[in-house]
Amino acid sequence: MKKFFKNFLEKFIEGILFLSSSVTTLTVLLIVIFLFREGLDVFKQSPVEEGFAIVINKNNPVKEITSPQLKNIFDQNITNWKALEGKPVNEYESKDSIILFRIDNISTYFIDAQLGDSLQYVGKCISSLVDSLPGIIAFIPDKYVDKNFAGRKLNMGKITPSQFISGKEWFPTAQPAAQMGVLPLILGTLWVSLGAILIALPLGLATAIYMAEIASDKVRRILKPLIELLAGIPSVVYGFFGLIVIVPMIQKVFNLPVGETGLAGSIVLGIMALPTIITISEDAIRTTPREMKEASLALGANKWQTIHRIILPYSISGITAAAILGIGRAIGETMAVLMVTGNAAVIPHSILEPVRTIPATIAAELGEAPQGGLHFKALFALGCILFIFTMTINLLVEYISSRNKYSKR
Amino acid sequence: MYKIQARHVSLYYNDFHALKGITMDFLPNTVTALIGPSGCGKSTFLRVFNRMNDLISGVKISGNVMIDGEDIYESKKDIDELRKKVGMVFQKPNPFPKSIFENVAYGLRVNGENDKKFIEERVERSLVQSALWEEVKDKLKKSAFELSGGQQQRLCIARALAIEPSILLMDEPASALDPISTAKIEELIYELKKNYTIIIVTHNMQQAGRVSDKTAFFYIGELIEYGDTKEIFTNPKNPRTQNYITGRFG
Repeated sequence: MKKFFKNFLEKFIEGILFLSSSVTTLTVLLIVIFLFREGLDVFKQSPVEEGFAIVINKNNPVKEITSPQLKNIFDQNITNWKALEGKPVNEYESKDSIILFRIDNISTYFIDAQLGDSLQYVGKCISSLVDSLPGIIAFIPDKYVDKNFAGRKLNMGKITPSQFISGKEWFPTAQPAAQMGVLPLILGTLWVSLGAILIALPLGLATAIYMAEIASDKVRRILKPLIELLAGIPSVVYGFFGLIVIVPMIQKVFNLPVGETGLAGSIVLGIMALPTIITISEDAIRTTPREMKEASLALGANKWQTIHRIILPYSISGITAAAILGIGRAIGETMAVLMVTGNAAVIPHSILEPVRTIPATIAAELGEAPQGGLHFKALFALGCILFIFTMTINLLVEYISSRNKYSKR
Repeated sequence: MYKIQARHVSLYYNDFHALKGITMDFLPNTVTALIGPSGCGKSTFLRVFNRMNDLISGVKISGNVMIDGEDIYESKKDIDELRKKVGMVFQKPNPFPKSIFENVAYGLRVNGENDKKFIEERVERSLVQSALWEEVKDKLKKSAFELSGGQQQRLCIARALAIEPSILLMDEPASALDPISTAKIEELIYELKKNYTIIIVTHNMQQAGRVSDKTAFFYIGELIEYGDTKEIFTNPKNPRTQNYITGRFG
C-alpha cells in the first residue's frame, strides 16, 4: 500500500512537471502564432480604408495606382495625369490636370436641393460629376459606386511585403491611402540599438574585466550589488532621466534645435544594457580556470597579456552572449526610447536626428488604432519584424558559438 | 655553486603559518623531489621560486631566495623576467584553448618574439625535447584539447621549455595521468636533467625514488630532512621521515 502511494506520488509530481513545461511551450507558441496571424493579415488588405473607393472618369486609361502615388496626388505633389502615366490622359494637355474630389467637396458642385432631402441623390450627383470631368479622381464612400455608376473604380493593389519593408513613409492613418512603409522604423531601431551597443559594450566589458580580474574583493562586494541595482530600475525612470538630463545635454553639446535624438536613445539604452552585459561577461570571465591564468603568468606573460590572450579568448562566447542579450534588450526596449528619441518616423541621416523605433511605434499607436483595422494589423506586422530580428540574432549567436574552433571541454 | 639558495623562508596565508623558516640549497642539473603529506607546504614552497604565491591575496613572505645569486624577492625584481627563467608544469594538464602550435609559441609571443621562423624552430625543438613531436607534427594546427591527458601534459612541458628556462618546477606533474603516460613523463624528466635544474613535488614515493637525485621531506611547514634520495629512502635519519616513506602515515 505504502509502495503504491509512493509510486502514485512520483507519477503525480512527474505529471505536474510535464504539464507546466507543456503549458509554457504552448503559450510561447500561441503568442507567436497569434502575432503572425494578425500581422500577416496586413498583406491581404488594400491601403484604402474599408468602405471607401477611389474612382476616376471611365475614359481615363490609368489601371492601377500605388499608395504613395495616391498620397502624392491628394497632397497635390502630382497635379496632372502625365506626371503619373508618362503620357497625357487627355488629348488636350490643358485638360490633363488632376481634379481632386472628396465627399466633403460635394457642396461646391451641387446645391442641397440636387442632393435630395435625405441625401438620396448623392450617388447620382457624384456619378454625373465623374462622368463630366475627364481629369477627376474622387475619394468617396463605397456605397455610391453601384452598377449605374458612370465612373470607373480604380484598383488599389494590396500591400505587398516588399512595399511594406522598403516603403519610406509611415502614415498609417493618412487619407485616402495609408502609407505603410516601415523602413524608417526598422532603420531607427537598428541605429539606436547599434549606438547603444557601441556605447555599452566597451564600457561594460571594461567594468567586467575590472571586477573579475583587478578589483579587490572589497571593491567588488560594493560594486556588484550596485550594478545589479541598475538592472532593477524601471525603464520609465531611465526614460525620465534621459529626458531631463541627457536630452538637454545633447542639445547643448551639439547645438541642436531639439535634443531628442537617436543618440539620446542610444545613451539611455546603453546604460540600460550595461547591467546585463557586465553581469554576464563577468561571469564568463570568471569561468576561466585559475590554472590557465597561472600557466600564462608562469610563462612570463604579464597581467594584461594574460587578460588579452587567454582570458578574453576563453570567455569570448560568454561575452558575445552578453553583447547579444544587451542588443536584445535594446531592440525590444520601449518606454525609455519612446521618451527620448523624438519619434519622427523619417529615415535618419545621422544619430543627431530624431528617430522612431519599432517598439515605440507599437506602444504609441496601438491605443489609437481601431481593433482589427489596417493600422492595427500593420502594428502587429511590426511586432513580427521585431520578433524576426531578435530570433535571427539568437540563432546567429548559437551558430557562431557552435563554430568556436577550440571548443572547451 | 648552487643554482637556488633559500634562506629562512617563512610564508603566511593571513594568520596561517604555511612555511616555517626553510633553508635549502639546490644544485644545478639535479632533480630534487619535495615529498610530504598533503598540506605540508611542499607545493607552496615550490611556488616560492617563481613567485606564484604573489597572486594569492593575504600572502606574506620573509627570508631570502637567491637564483643565480640574485635575490628574487628584491623590490626592483621584474617578476615576468623571473618567470621566464623559472618554468612551471602544473598538476593537471592545463593547455590553453589554442592550437598545439600556439600553445608552445605562447611564451615566445608574450615575451615579444615575432620572428616566424625562429618561433617555428623553437616550437619544434621544444616538442622534440618533450618527446611529443612525433605524435603531433602532422596536427600542429589542431586544438590542444584533442590530445590525450598524457600528451597534454607533455605539451605543457614543451610550452614551459620553449622560453628556455634554466629551472623547471613541476607540481605533481603525473598525478592526473595513467601509468604509461607517467612513465613517459618520468623518462622525460631524466632527459631534461641534463640541461635544467628540476624541482618536483610528488606524492608518489616510487616516483620520487625513480626520478630524483635529492629528496626533501616536509611536514607541517617544516623541512624535516633533506639529502641524497638513496640516503633518504634507505637510511632516513628522522623517524617521521621513515614513517612517511614506509607508508605508516601520510
